[in-house]
Amino acid sequence: MSKLTDLTITAAREGLAQGRFSALELTDAYLSAIEPAGDLNAYVLTTPEKARAMAQASDARIAKGEAGPLEGIPLGIKDMFATEGVRSTACSNILKNFVPTYESTVTAHLWRDGAVLLGKLNQDEFAMGSSTESSAFGPAVNPWRRNGSSQPLVPGGSSGGSAAAVAAHICAGAAGTDTGGSIRQPAAFTGTVGIKPTYGRCSRWGIIAYASSLDQAGPIARSVNDAAILLRSMAGHDPKDSTCADRPVPHYEDAVGRSVKGMRIGIPKEYRVDGMSAEIASLWEQGAQWLREAGAEVVEISLPHTKYALPSYYIVALAEASSNLARYDGVRYGERVPGRDIVEMYEKTRASGFGAEVRRRIMIGTYVLSAGYYDAYYLKAQKVRTLIKRDFEEAFAAGVDAVLAPATPSAAFGIGEKSGADPVEMYLQDVFTVTLNMAGLPGIAVPAGLSSEGLPLGLQLIGRPFDEETLFSLGQVLEDSAGRFPCPDRWWE
Amino acid sequence: MSVDQATVRRVAHLARIAVTEDEVAHLQGELNAILAFVDELGEVDVTGVEPMTSVTPMKLPMREDVVNDGGYPARVLANAPAAEDGFFAVPKVVE
Repeated sequence: MSKLTDLTITAAREGLAQGRFSALELTDAYLSAIEPAGDLNAYVLTTPEKARAMAQASDARIAKGEAGPLEGIPLGIKDMFATEGVRSTACSNILKNFVPTYESTVTAHLWRDGAVLLGKLNQDEFAMGSSTESSAFGPAVNPWRRNGSSQPLVPGGSSGGSAAAVAAHICAGAAGTDTGGSIRQPAAFTGTVGIKPTYGRCSRWGIIAYASSLDQAGPIARSVNDAAILLRSMAGHDPKDSTCADRPVPHYEDAVGRSVKGMRIGIPKEYRVDGMSAEIASLWEQGAQWLREAGAEVVEISLPHTKYALPSYYIVALAEASSNLARYDGVRYGERVPGRDIVEMYEKTRASGFGAEVRRRIMIGTYVLSAGYYDAYYLKAQKVRTLIKRDFEEAFAAGVDAVLAPATPSAAFGIGEKSGADPVEMYLQDVFTVTLNMAGLPGIAVPAGLSSEGLPLGLQLIGRPFDEETLFSLGQVLEDSAGRFPCPDRWWE
Repeated sequence: MSVDQATVRRVAHLARIAVTEDEVAHLQGELNAILAFVDELGEVDVTGVEPMTSVTPMKLPMREDVVNDGGYPARVLANAPAAEDGFFAVPKVVE
């Protein structure tokens, strides 16, 4: 039998149900795989005792015939999620000793369905970044390397530890969060599948807040079907989040493998940005061809406000971040640095607790919300956001079922390559992903090919609000056509 | 729009983040790079466009106006850097 850690969630679930191995054996296999993988820096905390206790409880439920949909499946959780009694830091020094006394709704749903917690996963500090380099725990490392090179590459971000852990088979699947592309870009960089569901599909309660009108939780997994299984558990109504949708959660797995014949797929001409690499352009065309071969109709569409998505995102997100992160003042939780008076205590606490990127983003957010600038920046950006959403509404009204686009402008880059003097260089990573957060729409990133240097590249499908099912159907067509992309060289083992 | 060093200091104070003199010039450059990047929005005509307030059309749910949580000060204070007699403790605010 192949290694237990090489089984997808779909296969592991079957093996557990048939009694071919126990949940404890599966969890122990993952704990053993995590041990030598320290160089990936994917986990910032492992919880082996808790994992084994949860796995034993799973075995007891399986024996009694009471197995849940994720019974005994070992998962990693991004450090943005508050996990009761388990340190949760958002990978920031300001929360370095924060141990929540409550559990986030999304992770509570996972445990309700029988999943096992292996530990907490690395990320950019407060999810602000596209490379996981801004983590207070140091950068996570992509399991993938360029052909013939041992240069460490970023796994993307902000959910970079999640994507790296899934790709390295040191968790069966992971929970991430996505504010501007933080699930889809790391998924694309690591050959994994990541879905950001519709805004309101998953509860935000207990997720450390970055930009509340954009943040959504979602899974990173090894296959489209695994992502469907995880999202089904993560999603669902929660009275503790007033923006969480009160509508039933479909059985997403039923949509995987469903025919896409007759579906109309839009190719937005504005996504052909200047300087797009020939490699990305041909991957995109290949993806369109695969969907055509499966019976879908591919049409060119126009989303005229696309180029304004990134600048308006950086105003909306940073303004909301400035408000959300005001809570880290050294009073209720986190580290405190004493000062002469309370204001100096606040200023010193925040200067020492936040990293450079977080301080920069808070200051921009504070500036755009300050007296005299609110209308010129924040109000203007919220109006542009209305136009971005309208572009998609018009495309869907004209009969488009989903939009196909690249997930990222390039393959994974080297650690340190984009952390130079100009922060905007890193922001451009989000060019294809951020529009969906601005419009509240669901998007899935599916690996679709390899770059000339042997690195995975992803395509992205964008759907109507609450139509994740169509994305799973189309995503499976891409997976069937392109195959899956397991990391070929496990250099860390 | 771009910011001068006085504005950087003012914004840092508004954000309650201490900055050293060495950091101000550096931050000014970084903030201006970001502000130059978002200036592109100036060219969009938003006449008659409503600002977005909710990305998904929904009615804010209402509930009974009753206390439905609380009564566990020890849990609330569990992560406080300083606490006394069931309260958060801070430096003296009023002389």
